[in-house]
Amino acid sequence: MAVLETGAAPTPQVALRPRGASRREGWQRRLPLLPALIYIVVVTQIPFLVTLWYSFQSYFFNVPAPAHFIGFSNYTAVFTSAAFRGSLVRSVVMTATSVIVAMLLGTAFAVLLDRKFLGRGVVRTLIITPFLVMPAAAALVWEGPMLDPNFGLLNYLLEPFGVHHVAWLSTHALGSVIVVMIWQWTPFMTLIVLAGLQSQPPDTLEAAKVDGAGALATFRELTLPHLRPYIELGILLGSIYLVNAFDAVRLMTNGGPGTSTTNLPFYLYEQVNYAFNVGGAAAAGVVTVILTIIVATFALRMFARVFQFEEASG
Amino acid sequence: MSYLRFRPRVLGVIGCVTAVVAVAACSSGSSSGSGSTGSTGTVTVAVVSNPLITGQMIPLTKSNFEKKYPGIKVKFATYTEGDLRAAIEKDVSTHSNAFNVIMIGPYEAPLFAKNGWLDNLSTQYIAKDPSYDASDLLPPIAKSLSYKGGLYAVPFYGESSMLYYRKDLLTAAGITMPAHPTWAQVAGYAAKLNQPGKVAGICLRGLAGWGDNMASLDTVVNTFGGEWFNEKWQPQLTSPAFEAATSFYVNLVRKYGEAGASNDSFNQLLTLYGQGKCAMWYDSTVAATSIAGTYPSVFAKTGYAFAPVDKTTSSGWLWTWSLGIPQGTSNQGAAWKFVSWATSKNYDSLVASKYGWAAVPPGSRTSLYNTPQYQSAAKAFAGITLASIDSTDPDHPTVNPVPYVGVQYVDIPQFEVLGVEVGQQIAGAIAGTETVAQALKASQADAAAYTPAELSGGS
Repeated sequence: MAVLETGAAPTPQVALRPRGASRREGWQRRLPLLPALIYIVVVTQIPFLVTLWYSFQSYFFNVPAPAHFIGFSNYTAVFTSAAFRGSLVRSVVMTATSVIVAMLLGTAFAVLLDRKFLGRGVVRTLIITPFLVMPAAAALVWEGPMLDPNFGLLNYLLEPFGVHHVAWLSTHALGSVIVVMIWQWTPFMTLIVLAGLQSQPPDTLEAAKVDGAGALATFRELTLPHLRPYIELGILLGSIYLVNAFDAVRLMTNGGPGTSTTNLPFYLYEQVNYAFNVGGAAAAGVVTVILTIIVATFALRMFARVFQFEEASG
Repeated sequence: MSYLRFRPRVLGVIGCVTAVVAVAACSSGSSSGSGSTGSTGTVTVAVVSNPLITGQMIPLTKSNFEKKYPGIKVKFATYTEGDLRAAIEKDVSTHSNAFNVIMIGPYEAPLFAKNGWLDNLSTQYIAKDPSYDASDLLPPIAKSLSYKGGLYAVPFYGESSMLYYRKDLLTAAGITMPAHPTWAQVAGYAAKLNQPGKVAGICLRGLAGWGDNMASLDTVVNTFGGEWFNEKWQPQLTSPAFEAATSFYVNLVRKYGEAGASNDSFNQLLTLYGQGKCAMWYDSTVAATSIAGTYPSVFAKTGYAFAPVDKTTSSGWLWTWSLGIPQGTSNQGAAWKFVSWATSKNYDSLVASKYGWAAVPPGSRTSLYNTPQYQSAAKAFAGITLASIDSTDPDHPTVNPVPYVGVQYVDIPQFEVLGVEVGQQIAGAIAGTETVAQALKASQADAAAYTPAELSGGS
């Protein structure tokens, strides 16, 4: 897994060669990478340093006074802010709920799609479609034609069952946003788990059948352990993307009503765009980065373990 | 297979993904070209996405203005109200100068002028352009856009607020709407007219934003005798009057209002009313123009009453979407050509020739109200619009004297943030995620974060 190796660890091969040659060869290898590296530094590292600098400044767009140094005040404000804590909690709830439910549904769909039936190709394509729709377009379709309290399709469909004009995005805002995320990410989970199912050797299953194991027992004892690395991978990738969810929140509820759907990315956006508080937003951004790193450390450890598991088993 | 070891560079890369998002917002926009004073070049205009702009101004610019001035190319950036404020504020305060013309209102014009962010249109352009006839602008509107005697923006249209009602539905329910109703009467009518699932008793704004739900609510607060700040600049959001007004508004919309009100503002309510889903609707006077143009069958059944009152004699808000030119932008000559074209008398006749007299942007020029064709085409609502605008008093918006200017806003820089925060709380109360008392307590805390000295320094 060369992709996962950090360049900092010198590989034994390099250490065995004469120093001069290795240095020249090293640069020959690095040279083609340099443009990309410089580009990455320019678009990521420099803005990060600027953000760090702003996080120690009091700088408001709507106040003509120039920015000035205020020490750790922005950070104190972030840690004492109920709004920041609230959005942090909502981010965790949103991400965890949607990833777990999407994975459960995805596994169920994958198991069904793994069977042979007429029109399987068409059904597979249809199931994947939500993942191919642009998140912004999907959010707009859900916000208007689907969930609108007066003209929405969902209320129209539910009307025969005695549900009348439910304002989904007002009374069940967080749930609605999570449902849309699940709708969008279930296909991804299905694909990953389906790949896992298809890599399962058929002779094992046959052997289980010969030994008299029922379908449920086979699934629990053989299929599920085989799928474990795939499920872990799906959960990891889903979490990385969904923790940054912005499109659905911005376009469906704008973080509201009140602050009931404000997650961390939207909170940051709001600090800059509605509160014009550049310093506070920068500080909140830096804190978010630190928290993300802590979570990512554990997640990537697991990532590494998943591949190791796969290598060992494969 | 090697384990992944964490080093600063890995952390940095992860970190930057988030950092880029935060900083990208700060460094947007760039000025284009060198400052030419002639009347050619590209003019970028930031506008609000209201029907009179997206449906008339933008197509007419292409079909008329750009033909008239072949050297000028106009580009529009359309935003919803809240996003427009954010985009403009960032642009002018950082002198990014991405916009050559900005659409602002009486809140922004004096504040921006004080900060030196806007051109003084009176001295720089109107003085040299006698055909513009600035004395024809409606006095309350012109006054609201002035700072130290100079006009810093000119009105595209002006508005107050009033109550729309469906004459057919009220007659069927045996209700006669007085010209000057009280809120108690309106609440009684709403209860009678409400048919859940079919027609809302009254449609009201609930979307968070100081120009959205707070504009409507503030007029109710004012007429109930509430205020944002007392004369010592102490916030009064938990005062009995403010609380009574907010409870009244929230209960009214929750009981007899449209479903999902916390996501509705002008554009959504215009659609609902136009499709016959509201028996009454309290909103901007400019809606009459859009109803007349887009929903003729509902227009024929619509009656008009002055903004409902409680303790005061009038309670309409005062607003105008106006065009201003940020200081130091390029192509200023071309920018003024566009601004004067869009706010001129000729623009009115141009709209009339294409869309009919009833569709002309109202509330900006006296001459429009003296035009016989407009008087007959818009006779249903022209009189009440003009009278509503004339009866507003931004210097004395409520019962008690207050230290600030503004009917449905407080003309201080902090209000940009405070108004949105309070608007979110109220939207939460309308959606039912919190009580009115909780919402106002949180709002009061937001307001109390500023010292009276900070607040008064800004006014």
